[in-house]
Amino acid sequence: MAPLLELEDVHARYGPVEALHGVSLSVGEGEVVAVLGGNGAGKTTTLRAVSGLVTTSGQVRFGGENITRAAPERVARAGIAHVPEGRDIFGELSVHENLRLGAYLQRGGFAQSYERVCGYFPWLERRRAQQAGTLSGGEQQMLAIARALMSQPRLLMLDEPSLGLAPIVVREIFGILGDLNEKEGLAVLVVEQNAKLALRSSSRAYVLEVGRVALEGPSTELAEDESVRNSYLGY
Amino acid sequence: MTEFLQQVVAGLASGSIYALLALGIVIIYRSTGVVNFAQGEMATFTTFIAWTLVDHGVGYWGAFGLTILIAFVGGIALERIVVRPVEGKPVINGVILTIGLFILLGGLSNWIWKAEVRSFPPSRPFPTSAWDLGGVAVSKQDAGILAVTLVLMALLWGLFRYTKLGLALRASALNPVASRLVGIRVGWMLGLGWGLAAAIGAVAGLFTAAANPPLDPNMMRPVLIYAFAAAVVGGLESPVGAVVGGLVIGVVLNLISTYDTHLHLDLDRVRLPVALALILIVLLARPTGLFGKQVVRRV
Amino acid sequence: MSRLAVARTVAAVLAFAASVAFILVAPHWDKVGDIKGAQMGTYFIAIVGLNIVTGYTGQISLAQGAFMAVGGYTTAFLVTHGVRDLWTIPVAALVAGVFGFLLGIPALRLSGLYLALVTFGLAVAMPDLLAWDKLSSLTSGGQSIQLFGSKHLLGQGFNDVTVFGHTTSFNRAVYYLTWTLALVLFALAWLLLRGAPGRAFRAVRDSEVAAASSGVNIAAYKTVAFAIGAAYAGVAGSLLVIAVAFADPQSFPAKLSLTILVGAVIAGLGSMWGVLLGAAFVQFLPVASVHISKAQGVPDAIYGAALILIVLLLPTGIAGALKRAASPLTTRLYTRS
Repeated sequence: MAPLLELEDVHARYGPVEALHGVSLSVGEGEVVAVLGGNGAGKTTTLRAVSGLVTTSGQVRFGGENITRAAPERVARAGIAHVPEGRDIFGELSVHENLRLGAYLQRGGFAQSYERVCGYFPWLERRRAQQAGTLSGGEQQMLAIARALMSQPRLLMLDEPSLGLAPIVVREIFGILGDLNEKEGLAVLVVEQNAKLALRSSSRAYVLEVGRVALEGPSTELAEDESVRNSYLGY
Repeated sequence: MTEFLQQVVAGLASGSIYALLALGIVIIYRSTGVVNFAQGEMATFTTFIAWTLVDHGVGYWGAFGLTILIAFVGGIALERIVVRPVEGKPVINGVILTIGLFILLGGLSNWIWKAEVRSFPPSRPFPTSAWDLGGVAVSKQDAGILAVTLVLMALLWGLFRYTKLGLALRASALNPVASRLVGIRVGWMLGLGWGLAAAIGAVAGLFTAAANPPLDPNMMRPVLIYAFAAAVVGGLESPVGAVVGGLVIGVVLNLISTYDTHLHLDLDRVRLPVALALILIVLLARPTGLFGKQVVRRV
Repeated sequence: MSRLAVARTVAAVLAFAASVAFILVAPHWDKVGDIKGAQMGTYFIAIVGLNIVTGYTGQISLAQGAFMAVGGYTTAFLVTHGVRDLWTIPVAALVAGVFGFLLGIPALRLSGLYLALVTFGLAVAMPDLLAWDKLSSLTSGGQSIQLFGSKHLLGQGFNDVTVFGHTTSFNRAVYYLTWTLALVLFALAWLLLRGAPGRAFRAVRDSEVAAASSGVNIAAYKTVAFAIGAAYAGVAGSLLVIAVAFADPQSFPAKLSLTILVGAVIAGLGSMWGVLLGAAFVQFLPVASVHISKAQGVPDAIYGAALILIVLLLPTGIAGALKRAASPLTTRLYTRS
């Protein structure tokens, strides 16, 4: 079966500076895949390349369809929900309005998506009128994920969801991601600096270094790998 | 007292026109970050188009509606073609661009329609009589203008607050990248902002022409200044502020004209400086306008 | 000195020499002439002043024309009260500078677009203020102040002038007066801007927070910038009034402020390299447009279209384009020095 998301020899650049030098990776239906690497390795750029936020060459295919260089709106319409680094919620709008925006592409069935999402994040209903910018970091991250889920995506892409959050909050978030994957078969591509957590939560992983894939394989194997342990796991 | 109320009502009517233009300025600023110096000339241009339609036999109200539509489309086209490149760039670029547009449209109007005196609208669209409300004579035209303005404002408010499109418009202005990621075609939203503003401007132009015959190519020049004053006083980001600002300025200026003789300050000749002084006073107290958001900078 | 610095100095000297040569030659070229050339000189001075306020210190001001009015009316007032016209020029600069400083104080509270709109309001309101009866003792209300024939005016207006033994026409004398002042003021600005004050101005423009934390007195530099810019405008306005021998509220409409701003942006804000070309643009494009077509409205349409095109194609103005064009050379010199 063809993978849900496929990147083949993708190069990406910011102006004259090339950040990805031929990255190939894939995410299968219902898989959780992690992308690891240090700062500047190109992890965020990889997600942005899929979403069409950077100049890209190579091939990006989703569900068999070629979405290379497609505009972000188009990529969202194809069924990919991207939660960028730093949450990037609409701080000046309310929690409820943020969720409504998440469901922008849905024609009907807002109520159904809303119910489902509130199932995972019950507090959203209670705080629906609160201005999103006044939420705590953890709550904003959860709101961002909830917003992404409102569009009923086939693939959820997360950029450093644990950044700046307390460990207990991070555990809660990853727990929810695990549930989503198990119960609903949602495919997840997660970029993380927290390698231990990422490897524990995913079935496969890629390690990026300086814009290239340095290692790839099942997460359990990578967790045992000598070089990964030294560079990213600290032991 | 009745004289006072009468002047207040008349002031509200002229203020409505300032409010409409100011509303257009605020919508454009909120959606694309550009202050549109050409807002007045766009209104004049579309009013001349209305004249041409009437001249070719279209009924006044038909021309009114058609002109609004043409303005709407024209606004979208302007944004997509000419304004898009300066969005996100330094503020001064937008200033010069819209100044250039101001001059260009003025020149085009002059060239296409020459500076002849024209009678427009052909017949009074609003009845010229007035109602008597407890001794206060309220001209039907003034009431009509005020009513339409308030209705438009309510419609826009409803659009922005309660519809999906309105939410998308607001989101696009606040965070274009996140908006694209949820599937909003931000480019079209920006164009829509200009389209709406152009349409509102067209209404303002048509009302100005109706209130001050004959049709004069320079009719929107002073209106633009008062509209800027209204937008600034209300806070460039606040549609409510723009409307309140416009109405207030209309009333204040009218009262000055009326009671000026008692003050012996000959203020009527210096309406513009008075408007400027008003702006300064308000801004000194609240640098982002009465309804503007206070910007807190985190250091 | 590094190679790059040498190259820049050579380029500057050459540009200056070329400009001076052009200025000497221009009045003899009938496409330019004394009158238009002198007017271009006044624009030049006003643009340099505006560049200090807006280009270097980052405060958008659309009031330069209003300050020209202040300078112009100061000169008119003084000449009618018996002061020799040339002596009124520094006074006009001072008076305009004070007004500039006064405007600079509330300007401290206003940011970007709000400041632009307030200064625009001032530019629009100025003709009405000048025509106001209550100020007529100073401005003679809506009547223009006629200086023609005044013995305190160079050549009493339009007669020949004798300076240092040379006799030239009034217009020629005004031309040389204007451009001499323009070059002197340009040199002064250049010296100011390449020194510590210039760096402080730019620091304020680029990041107020960083500047303040480095000990720059933001308020002082911002208000002084306004004062200097206004003083330059005052000189320009004064020269304008001397050249036409009368002062009138309609000599200083809002359009004038817009013209100066356009000139400054075309020249390239924050740089002195393009100012002469910027002044030439705003002086001669309207003239050239009329040559293309005399039909009503077309010259304006051309001018407006040209403005739009320039903003779209050359957003950093002529100076920016020059910088870009020279960058292969400057990078080479920089890396080799």
